[in-house]
Amino acid sequence: MTRYLLKRLGLAVVTLWLLSVIVFFAGQVVPGDPGRAILGNLADPRAVRALDHQLGVDRPLLTQYWSWITGLLHGNMGESYQYRSAVEPYVQAALVNSVKLAALAFVIVVPLGILGGVLAALRYGRATDRVISVVGLSAATVPEFVSGIVVIIIFAVSLKWLPVSASAGTGASALTQLDHLILPAIPLVFILFGYIARMARAGTIEALDSDYTRTATLKGLKPSVVIRRHVLRNALLPTITVIATQTGYLIGGLVVVETLFNYQGIGNLIYKAAQAKDFPMLEAGVLTIGVVYMVATLIADALSTALNPRLRLGTGG
Amino acid sequence: MTDIVVAPAAGVAVARPDQTGELTPWRLLLRRPTFLAGAVILLFWLACAIFGSLIAPHNPLAQQLLLTNQAPSGAHWFGTDQLGRDVLSRVIVGARSILLIAFAATVLSTVLGTALGLVMGYLGGVVDIVAGRLVEAALALPVVIVAFLFIVAVGPSPLTIIVVIGLVFTLLIARTVRSTVLVESQLDYLAAARLLGEKSVSIMFSEVLPNVVPAILVEFTVRLGYAIFTVATLSFLGFGVQPPTPDWGADIAHNYVTLGAGYWWMTLFPALAIASLVIAINLFTDSIEQVLAS
Amino acid sequence: MTATDASATPAGRGGAEPTLSVGHMDVVYKVRGRDRLALRDVSFEVGRRESYGLVGESGSGKSTVALALTRYLPRNGRVSAGTVSINGADPLAMSGTDLRHLRARTVSMVYQEPGKALNPSIRVGRQVAEVYEVAGLHRAEAAERAEAMLRKVQIADPGRVMGRYAHQLSGGMAQRVVIAMALAAEPALLILDEPTTALDATVEAEVLDLVSALRAEFDTSVLFISHNLAVIAKMCDRVGVLYAGELVEEGPAREVFEDPRHPYTVGLLRCIPRRGQRKDHGRLDTIPGFLPPAGHTLSGCVFAPRCLLAEDRCREAPPPSYQIAAARTSRCYRHDVAPSLPRATPEDKPLPGPPASAETLVQLAGLSKTFGARGSRGSRGEQVHALTGVDLELERGETLGLVGESGSGKTTLAWVLLGLLPPDPGATVELAGQPLAADVRRRPRSQLRALQIVFQNPDSALNRRHTVRRLISRPLARLAGLSGERLRARLAELITSVRLEDRHLAMRPNQLSGGLKQRVAIARAFGSGPAVVVCDEPTSALDVSVQAAILNLLADLQADEQVSYLFISHDLGVVRYLSDRIAVLYLGKVMEVGPAERVFSGPHHPYTEALLSAVPSLDGQRADRIKLSGEIPSATNLPTGCVFHTRCPRRLPSGICESEEPPLREVEPGHRMSCHIPLDELQNLQRAGQPT
Repeated sequence: MTRYLLKRLGLAVVTLWLLSVIVFFAGQVVPGDPGRAILGNLADPRAVRALDHQLGVDRPLLTQYWSWITGLLHGNMGESYQYRSAVEPYVQAALVNSVKLAALAFVIVVPLGILGGVLAALRYGRATDRVISVVGLSAATVPEFVSGIVVIIIFAVSLKWLPVSASAGTGASALTQLDHLILPAIPLVFILFGYIARMARAGTIEALDSDYTRTATLKGLKPSVVIRRHVLRNALLPTITVIATQTGYLIGGLVVVETLFNYQGIGNLIYKAAQAKDFPMLEAGVLTIGVVYMVATLIADALSTALNPRLRLGTGG
Repeated sequence: MTDIVVAPAAGVAVARPDQTGELTPWRLLLRRPTFLAGAVILLFWLACAIFGSLIAPHNPLAQQLLLTNQAPSGAHWFGTDQLGRDVLSRVIVGARSILLIAFAATVLSTVLGTALGLVMGYLGGVVDIVAGRLVEAALALPVVIVAFLFIVAVGPSPLTIIVVIGLVFTLLIARTVRSTVLVESQLDYLAAARLLGEKSVSIMFSEVLPNVVPAILVEFTVRLGYAIFTVATLSFLGFGVQPPTPDWGADIAHNYVTLGAGYWWMTLFPALAIASLVIAINLFTDSIEQVLAS
Repeated sequence: MTATDASATPAGRGGAEPTLSVGHMDVVYKVRGRDRLALRDVSFEVGRRESYGLVGESGSGKSTVALALTRYLPRNGRVSAGTVSINGADPLAMSGTDLRHLRARTVSMVYQEPGKALNPSIRVGRQVAEVYEVAGLHRAEAAERAEAMLRKVQIADPGRVMGRYAHQLSGGMAQRVVIAMALAAEPALLILDEPTTALDATVEAEVLDLVSALRAEFDTSVLFISHNLAVIAKMCDRVGVLYAGELVEEGPAREVFEDPRHPYTVGLLRCIPRRGQRKDHGRLDTIPGFLPPAGHTLSGCVFAPRCLLAEDRCREAPPPSYQIAAARTSRCYRHDVAPSLPRATPEDKPLPGPPASAETLVQLAGLSKTFGARGSRGSRGEQVHALTGVDLELERGETLGLVGESGSGKTTLAWVLLGLLPPDPGATVELAGQPLAADVRRRPRSQLRALQIVFQNPDSALNRRHTVRRLISRPLARLAGLSGERLRARLAELITSVRLEDRHLAMRPNQLSGGLKQRVAIARAFGSGPAVVVCDEPTSALDVSVQAAILNLLADLQADEQVSYLFISHDLGVVRYLSDRIAVLYLGKVMEVGPAERVFSGPHHPYTEALLSAVPSLDGQRADRIKLSGEIPSATNLPTGCVFHTRCPRRLPSGICESEEPPLREVEPGHRMSCHIPLDELQNLQRAGQPT
């Protein structure tokens, strides 16, 4: 098992390295140059060249990549073109904000999604199942900014229950912060609900159809015991992996939600860096997302390995 | 299924559906209300995309600076926007750009993804390992962010969006096709083909491909839904169709700042348009998947 | 019968009232909006301590019976008419709580795939203990009882097995655990649905013995459901024959199998090669036609369309159940003449025995195949020795039968020969004296033409997107180099020779029955005009009535085309019918190879002896039964010395079997064996029928 996880970790490192190459070189394909982008079209060519030299972007690509990647390994993510200072503080602050928002969404959606999926499976083919499935499917496919607009119109504009802006201002209490985060969390919850409920439903249906569930039922166990002890355990294993892989999606959703609600998270940071052609910031943000995704999938792998005897013990052991 | 035993295969002549009065897949599909609802909405938006300018009551580009920010009324059912343009007309004509871009991106990714998936699944080996790593790396990033990287580098245009979404979805489709091909590779008909001296390319395209077509069709419709999702999102972020061309996502981005002033109609109607389109496609896809599975 | 159970029977009549009684039961499944009748008017009883067998081919509805009795029909199924009574109670009318008590105390069930019947994420000990917990015991006491129960099903180290998960048990071990679970509640009725179909012959024999022993000990009535007539004959007192959802014949097992009185039973028994029947004795009989489609609406007897005795009345009204002897019924108007059912397939055509002039066509020498470090999750990169030093030859026009349990390397051997898997370096693989390239892609067209295969499962072997025409034409065009009119002519000839019809050409495999699909696969294999056809379990996925027709076809084709067969099967009756010579494989090594009759009649290798004694026969039990114990060793870690020594009942006390590998030496002309025991000594031992 340790062996397997180590292998996964190795693969994750390789993937991250590939990601860094993609990110770095995609950033460098830009026509024109950073100095020009920062100083504008009317700037003196000599000033542009001087800035380029100062930024180090006139060196060969491989040299730039090498200094960037070694910097990264020493915890130095580079210097923002926009702010002319190290990017780490920005990335860090944004990450904390995003984690708050994402955590709220997860706390709401994980129990809800699993409950919905299991309920649908237990009432397979009946009205409850139909409703949950269709709602889940629809919720998962409507873009966040669309559902975001709709909840803003309903809860902020017409009912005036909740604030439109996600930022509570500095020094706001946890409760006020929560108040501001609920509306932005809803679009994320919608989408995740669809995925998680779908997975939980499929897993439960498969487990209900299995021979071992028949064995348990024919033993004369109560239906509640059959479901709790025999069905759910096997049904929800794949769901864990799905929840983890959804972190990747979630961050994409954050870009949109944070923009819509003007919230200073990592998505917003990347969006603004992209608009300003602030490559060090953009690269640092994107790579951070990659690391978060890798860590989440690794945790999910470890968790599902630990919970699944077949993986934990191997065959015949 | 009358007998649950897995043991010996039946020596049973398969009953033709029409003889026993059972329903064909097509008729089963038509009996599903979700399929019908999806199909009707989809057809409606297709009609808007094709004949948009003919159906629209006003010119979607015409600015009426004396009639800005009008709430819905008899003259303007969906109201007017900040420049006094008719929101209904912009919603109707706006169907074109999103459907066109999403469809083109999906076709591109289906063709490339199928080819890549076949090669990865059937040939395996180094190709599979390298491509598999690339897919993993690309999937570690949300599509929207990959799109950022490209668009920032190349500049926003419908073509960029088609290429970016097309390439990212190529990897996703390749992954699905690959796993379907791996299931097929377990089957003996491929060994039988090798024993007849068939070449790898011929086995891939004339033996394996026809068997993965149903999976590819489902994947196509699923991806079309996601493509619309992504195109709308990129438009909203300002990376898609540029103003003044009517576009649902761009119009929402342009007008949502006025929500604070209570001008909800400029954003709500394009938002509902997007929602209805993606939901329709998914109801459609889901029904097909379920009927194929049954 | 325990005290509690006896008091539970209403009248307390003991043996008088049957444990299970089913009266005029109909079951329907709703499929795509229509009701399909799966069982029609099924009535039978299982008496106290009786073992009752339900036998039928696929589609007969036998598993539906089990599901209906335990009220576990799928959502779209229901019992639409009739009565069921288990120990005097009606499960169909019960409330949820009563049904649960019935399942907990009175009925238990064991089914086909033991690995799947156990929950993969709960330790097996806990799963057995659950039965006692349902009965109200505390957890610790329940675990204790569970361990005792595992000991009863002859699990050597129950304490250790308790802590295992299902995937860590072999199939036979898992089935013991499932049986322990089923008997733990000391049920009045035990339902066994194909309990050994997924197991190897030697394991099957052990499990069947176990069931017999426990049945006596627990005083349980048994409903035994199987497609295998010999297993039913061995295990059951009485038998009911199901056909297309109807119970067509019933009676004491021995009587029904010796003197069947329904044309279907008569036909079915004639399809099975037995009593040493061989191809040169003539063809097997077959049952013409097909099972009526599910949900059929026949006005008369269900079997009439396939019955050569059918008269007008048979097609007009369904026959009643005739009482033909004290305990026998037959649902046939013509039950009196049923035994004289005319043959559907003439016996005539004398089929050739082994060819007179021996010409070696395929030569395998020093053939090994090792599967490398397939680093599955968590396992160390171990090497699987699928084949080790195999020497075999195949002569022109002969059939070499290849037998052995799963994991013995039969299929690997075939795939290496065909060039689908490369052998380990150093092997000799020759066709007509010419070396064969390891990879099929490097073989010239002449060699591709010469070697073809018929796979076990035609659903897997035929591309479901291609038409029959395309499937059969492909080898004609690619390998035989035919085109145009000549291709069409050869195609017509081929489909006639495999008894397909023109109308089948435009169909795709899913429009054909299993038997017809296998004919298409055979036609494809013969299309190139091969010298050798590998038949890898070609009839294992088919019902016996279809199997007979395929075996006849293979024998006919061999006679016409002078082709050699490498015939792989786990069914010794089938192998004996078709083979001229037999090779017995165990753990990738050849144990014995020789003329079929010599290998079967003995003296034979102790492993061959064990295989033969493991197979239940329709004609009563064999006396010279030796039993194998223990599990098949892992192919990643072969035993030292003779690979069979860990399970060999005739292992020599000197210890030579453990330390030294016996060579494969010729013990009599054309008969080679790998055993330290001299042939005459083996002969004495096997005549005496006593294991040492």
